Amino acid sequence: MGVEGIGARVVRKEDKRFITGKGRYVDDIKLTGMTHAHFIRSPHAHAKVKGIDSSAALKMPGVVAVLTGQQIVDDKVGNLICGWAITSKDGSPMKMGAWPAMAPETVRFVGQAVAVVIAESKNLARDAAEAVVVNYEELPAVADVHAAIKPGAPQLHPEAPGNQVYDWVIGDEGATDAAFAKAANVVKLDVTNNRLAPNAMEPRAAIADYDAAEEHFTLYTTSQNPHVARLVLSAFYNIAPEHKLRVIAPDVGGGFGSKIFIYPEEMVALWASKKVGRPVKWTGDRTEAFLTDAHGRDHVTHAEMAFDANNKITGLKVKTYANFGAYMSLFSSSVPTYLYATLLSGQYNIPAIHAEVVGVYTNTTPVDAYRGAGRPEASYLIERLMETAARQLKVDPAQLRRTNFITTFPHQTPVIMAYDTGDFNASLDAAMKAIDYAGFPARKAKAKADGKLRGIGVSCYIEACGIAPSKAVGSLGAGVGLWESAEVRVNPVGTIEILTGSHSHGQGHETTFCQLVAERLGVPISQVSIVHGDTDKVQFGMGTYGSRSAAVGLTAILKAMEKMEAKAKKIAAHALEASEADIVIENGEFKVTGTDKAIALPMVALAAYTAHNLPDGMEPGLKESAFYDPTNFTFPAGTYICELEVDPGTGKTSFVNFVAADDFGRLINPMIVEGQVHGGLVQGIGQALLEHAIYDANGQPVTASFMDYAMPRADDVPSFNLSHTTTLCPGNPLGIKGCGEAGAIGASAAVINAITDAIGKNNLEMPATPDRVWRTIHAG
Amino acid sequence: MSTVKLTVNGKAVAVDVEDRTLLVQLLRDHLNLTGTHVGCDTSQCGACVVHMDGRAVKSCTMLAGQADGASITTIEGIAKGDELHPMQAAFRDNHGLQCGYCTPGMIMSAIDIVQRHGGQLDEATVRTELEGNICRCTGYHNIVKAVLDAAGRMKVSQAAE
Repeated sequence: MGVEGIGARVVRKEDKRFITGKGRYVDDIKLTGMTHAHFIRSPHAHAKVKGIDSSAALKMPGVVAVLTGQQIVDDKVGNLICGWAITSKDGSPMKMGAWPAMAPETVRFVGQAVAVVIAESKNLARDAAEAVVVNYEELPAVADVHAAIKPGAPQLHPEAPGNQVYDWVIGDEGATDAAFAKAANVVKLDVTNNRLAPNAMEPRAAIADYDAAEEHFTLYTTSQNPHVARLVLSAFYNIAPEHKLRVIAPDVGGGFGSKIFIYPEEMVALWASKKVGRPVKWTGDRTEAFLTDAHGRDHVTHAEMAFDANNKITGLKVKTYANFGAYMSLFSSSVPTYLYATLLSGQYNIPAIHAEVVGVYTNTTPVDAYRGAGRPEASYLIERLMETAARQLKVDPAQLRRTNFITTFPHQTPVIMAYDTGDFNASLDAAMKAIDYAGFPARKAKAKADGKLRGIGVSCYIEACGIAPSKAVGSLGAGVGLWESAEVRVNPVGTIEILTGSHSHGQGHETTFCQLVAERLGVPISQVSIVHGDTDKVQFGMGTYGSRSAAVGLTAILKAMEKMEAKAKKIAAHALEASEADIVIENGEFKVTGTDKAIALPMVALAAYTAHNLPDGMEPGLKESAFYDPTNFTFPAGTYICELEVDPGTGKTSFVNFVAADDFGRLINPMIVEGQVHGGLVQGIGQALLEHAIYDANGQPVTASFMDYAMPRADDVPSFNLSHTTTLCPGNPLGIKGCGEAGAIGASAAVINAITDAIGKNNLEMPATPDRVWRTIHAG
Repeated sequence: MSTVKLTVNGKAVAVDVEDRTLLVQLLRDHLNLTGTHVGCDTSQCGACVVHMDGRAVKSCTMLAGQADGASITTIEGIAKGDELHPMQAAFRDNHGLQCGYCTPGMIMSAIDIVQRHGGQLDEATVRTELEGNICRCTGYHNIVKAVLDAAGRMKVSQAAE
């Protein structure tokens, strides 16, 4: 490992601009002649739009236009799509209602746009929006899955009778029933996985700029995947063909999944820019983020686990209702199916699994992938079941897990996934040692003497990342392939640009991707630039989500590097009059092994571009590209253990210690990996203790600001004790598994297991607020 | 419309603004100082924190007119040329930022925290004091480390001056 190579804790290259206020986020950009958009949004969860009167608004100062849902439909802008087709157990395709970018006739959640004001300033647009009169006829609404599936419930879409999108199954029902018939013990659990608002700190924003002469659009947008945005805007929304649409995602202030999706506001900004003949900017405020950014989680589940007399799991039955909100968002359908139910085996040998997932429409904000996307819901369910089982079977929870761990690989689960490698005992051992698991009973006794209830909670998570082998996801209904592309450009002076289809919105790609180049060529990372986030610069890419950028994106860079190096070696061998096989690359030089003959990279690059003396038949230039499609998912796994105290008088939880032992395969930059884990853990802890996007029975959101929705603050969470155990991923040449989501996947079960251990009662839903904990302690 | 006269990062400026203009709008929209961010509408997140006459304030929560005659320092104004402020350097060295959006407000708040507490900072105090700044990326672990690190560096640099 060099000082800047693989495994080095290199300080981030991108930080200088962020710590000096020179980041360039979408809202920082101003274009000449730019107008400002303000959306008029439904205050009702379900209503008919009977009419829109914009006559007064149009007379107000600075108003350029008021555009409505009917106009966008008349202009044949396409409805929003859902990109993953799911088939119900009866063989029928999923049932979806249309989702226009602005509602012409019916609104189905609070915050859905019906019209937009375009004006000379943001304030003037907002003023004019107040003067637009929308005449609604309210309809009955339904907000939770139980109410939505009842006979006689208000219906959202005529296409989906009973508000049911699909009723999907996975696994072997007969084998599972047989396992339960023979079980020595059965453990049952009902859990709710609370709805969350993603809340990236940068609100979504878009600037659309239409060039009438060229019939060309430029879109600056807060996107995790600008190429996917361009593809969808082109192929499905009829905005413009791809060569007439440039999408730029500059610095993006966090995503966590919520910025994967192409939202109505981007579509409207593009369409409106052409309509008014000027650039149109929209920047959401925080309440708009709560109302319109796709939410996460929101499952209601009943599960049963069968054990034999030796405490070995013999079967698992799961039934989950997934709340999709009012419309099917871009990847929503895949989240409670192929990203959730396929992980229900956890780290355990479970011979038979059967899961049924019912997707349900409600009059709430659409739900889609949020950090972990299905895998936190699976991991939480399994780890709560294991803890419940340990209590019921009266065995140590760590030991019960050990008894059931998968220990040989590859391991085919009954729910599609083939785990390639792992060492679950190693991460459990590391975490138990770090928290002094053996010493816990003494600490609990001491805390009791002080009037505190102390608990310890284990969570052994596994996730499927590196999304994903294109052929596999295609066979399961995905509308896209999930490979990644890269291009390596060595400039004539020997500096290097890496173009990647991955997108960094906090992950540090500008540093870690350079570290691969430093590792292979021995050049300082200051000689390398990472180019991303612009469809005019990078040819194509699938973007960043699902912990895929290192495992998939970096591997694509490696493949392009290998091609570039092969050509450069030929040039070096020719210049040094040596055999190509004898050329090695060290410290930025191409050397003839075993001699002192060498040629520096800049001279090789210059030779490639002057082309005065290249091997016969070789094309000039030194630039190579690669597309990499993974062969399998990767399977990061680990153990989190949380120790905490509950004050029985107030129900308040205080952390004593939180340890994480993760297996992410090879780490490129451990500093950045640790940062990803810290952030994920706090999102998991936030779900467990604080966060909940709540609707009343009529579909009115009651948590639409940071005053109502409890975001984790610095004093809500502890510092963490992290460690790594390593099994290299055999599926990619770098051995990387991915680290972006683990914390959010594993943490919440550790917290709830610890609190329920502390209070001696097993039934406790998230978020475990002091009020809820106190009531649970003191319930009869 | 009113004319607001103030000093921003050491430079005297006079700006004609609508009376309802917020200080953060004056900085971002009129002076193009886009390092100061807006992350919420309710004074909760702290992405907009700047210093007014040496004290941390949320620039989304005051009118530009209320800053008339004041001296404002933003994230763009704390480095001395190429030499980073110790708090900026500590955030970089401790990986106290990821997406960078909350970072300017965090840094401006953190400088104020260190100045108010002198050398008497510990982890619990830093966590309590950061209550008005939300970060969604870092889980605060490395931000807390950075503030404690910078507290030491700022003490050293004060002693040197």
